[in-house]
Amino acid sequence: MNVRLYLLQRGSAAVLLPLVLLHLGVIFYASRRGLSAADILARTRGSLFWGTFYAAFVIAAATHAAIGVRVIAAEWTGLRGLALEVGMWSFGLLLAALGLIAVAAVVLA
Amino acid sequence: MRDLWEWQRRGPRASGHRRDALWLAALVHRLSGLALAAFLPLHFLALALALKGEAAFDGFLRWTANPLVKIAEMGLIFCLSVHVLGGIRILLVESLPWFQGQKQLMAGALLTASLLALLFLVRAA
Repeated sequence: MNVRLYLLQRGSAAVLLPLVLLHLGVIFYASRRGLSAADILARTRGSLFWGTFYAAFVIAAATHAAIGVRVIAAEWTGLRGLALEVGMWSFGLLLAALGLIAVAAVVLA
Repeated sequence: MRDLWEWQRRGPRASGHRRDALWLAALVHRLSGLALAAFLPLHFLALALALKGEAAFDGFLRWTANPLVKIAEMGLIFCLSVHVLGGIRILLVESLPWFQGQKQLMAGALLTASLLALLFLVRAA
């Protein structure tokens, strides 16, 4: 992991910190009487706050997870060079794309 | 030095650092992170069901009421909590001068994450 990736990893961690704590709070609040689509969508649909919150969450999590998995792959499987780069970018972009689609699904649809 | 001596005598797998509590903290952080990274695509795909309408999304959410799914969710709550608490410790260790109590912080993170996971299960059950 080079310095740029290290800083991105720690920077994304710092961004994720308050987001995860709020997310945990929402999980506990939402699961108080079972999950329902109506409850979730009533909270998220058309909400600028939740749209921005979850979009930032997705980008930070995709960045953090892709770099983290890259480090583990390099250490535990010995993956190096181009394969490692392609793996990290593919996983990060896949997470970002799926995540933003999910955000659009609960905020815009 | 003792670690190095053991490492030379018995090979890396048997060396002392692997029995250290903070080595365990690093392993827990890594494994919880991997579990979360594996879960994220599934989480996003499930939420994207809302694109197919409220009924499709609700059908999936009813499936999550299954006790086995609740136990898996409890595991995810543990992973997320222990990863974020362990992450706070890493950010503090790296940005402040070294301070005592690292192992206590790690034990506190494990305990808090376990309690949160149990609390989740009790509430969701």
